[in-house]
Amino acid sequence: MSPAPIFSAFRQALGEAWAGGAGALLPLGFFAGAAVLVPLGIGTDPQTLRAVGPGILWVALALSSLVTLERIFQADTEDGTLDLWLQTGAPASAIAAAKTFAHWLAAGLPLALLSPLLALMFQAEASTDLLRNAALYGLGGLAFYFWGGVGAALSATVRRGGLLISLIALPLYVPTAIFGALSMTHGPGSESAPLFLAASTLFALAAAPFAMAAALRLAAD
Amino acid sequence: MRRGVTIPLLSATGLGMIRGERVLFTGVSLTLEAGQSLVLRGSNGAGKTTLLRILAGLTRPEAGEVSRNATHHWFAHREGLKPHETPRTHLGLWAKAWGSGADPEAVLARVGLKRPADVPARYLSAGQRRRTALGRLLLEQRQIWMLDEPYTALDSEGRELVLELIEAHLKTGGGLIAAIHGESGFVPSGEVVL
Repeated sequence: MSPAPIFSAFRQALGEAWAGGAGALLPLGFFAGAAVLVPLGIGTDPQTLRAVGPGILWVALALSSLVTLERIFQADTEDGTLDLWLQTGAPASAIAAAKTFAHWLAAGLPLALLSPLLALMFQAEASTDLLRNAALYGLGGLAFYFWGGVGAALSATVRRGGLLISLIALPLYVPTAIFGALSMTHGPGSESAPLFLAASTLFALAAAPFAMAAALRLAAD
Repeated sequence: MRRGVTIPLLSATGLGMIRGERVLFTGVSLTLEAGQSLVLRGSNGAGKTTLLRILAGLTRPEAGEVSRNATHHWFAHREGLKPHETPRTHLGLWAKAWGSGADPEAVLARVGLKRPADVPARYLSAGQRRRTALGRLLLEQRQIWMLDEPYTALDSEGRELVLELIEAHLKTGGGLIAAIHGESGFVPSGEVVL
């Protein structure tokens, strides 16, 4: 089997994410907006902000990942692209993984890159910790997008399936959110938390594509 | 008569399908040999598209079996075009995806899309979108063509084009299964009535 269809699916998904103007910027704006609202809601006490900052960013990241996920498979079932990809002979799981990865690259990675700036707004000290945290947000975000992809594939034939995606995906976000938030504290267990975060992301990368493939075959049926 | 000697491109036995509570069709069997064309007939909702999807392996039948012994091309209502893609990028993408090494430029000329080659699909007319999808069939030599209402949205020149391509395809030993509602424009080797 040639890997060419998988690369092509990746390329097409990347082009699609950036086409139509600000498609990929939407989650970025949502992420920043949600983070900016929090200090307005809980007051400006630096101690409090510093304590809740990393956790708030995890929540904002999880919600931002859901903003554009609706589009990644629904459009494919509507315009007939899914039928074509399923007939390439490449495993549907690999196609789904390539598309989801492209989507994370276009919409999810920018969120992690923006996170140090938002952390500063939460009174975090400017240090290399911010870059370490950005890497953790990137890693956790990857898991968010892959689990979200499962929700997107399952609701690919549902019109206005955005809320349904949230209902399916949010429970799957739990391990990532737990280990992600823990890895940014200094309490017990915070030392090994990044490894557990990495493990939960690896699990998402390994398991989600097969769930997506099954859901997509069902959507085409 | 030659069935014992040559392997058919595609054969299906005892296909049956249920949609919701309704039996769409039962006991559909067909064989497609090289150089043959089959036309699927039936009123709206009879299950022509569903049968084609089953033959293509996209939908699982409720009963029966399909065996495809050659690769196939798919040309259906939904063209598989993304709004941001142009005919040129679309054909280039699929030429790469299939590793066919075909020249998209030659295909663009053949299907009459030289002029709008760089126009994004969201600005193309329905007929131009159909022609783009039609171009995919020329990117790679595949023995089976599956066409669902191939003339939809095409002008008379477009119909001529489809007919020419079909004739050339059949002449080179290809097989064809098409769901066509009205005039087929060619003499099919057989008809399947649903």
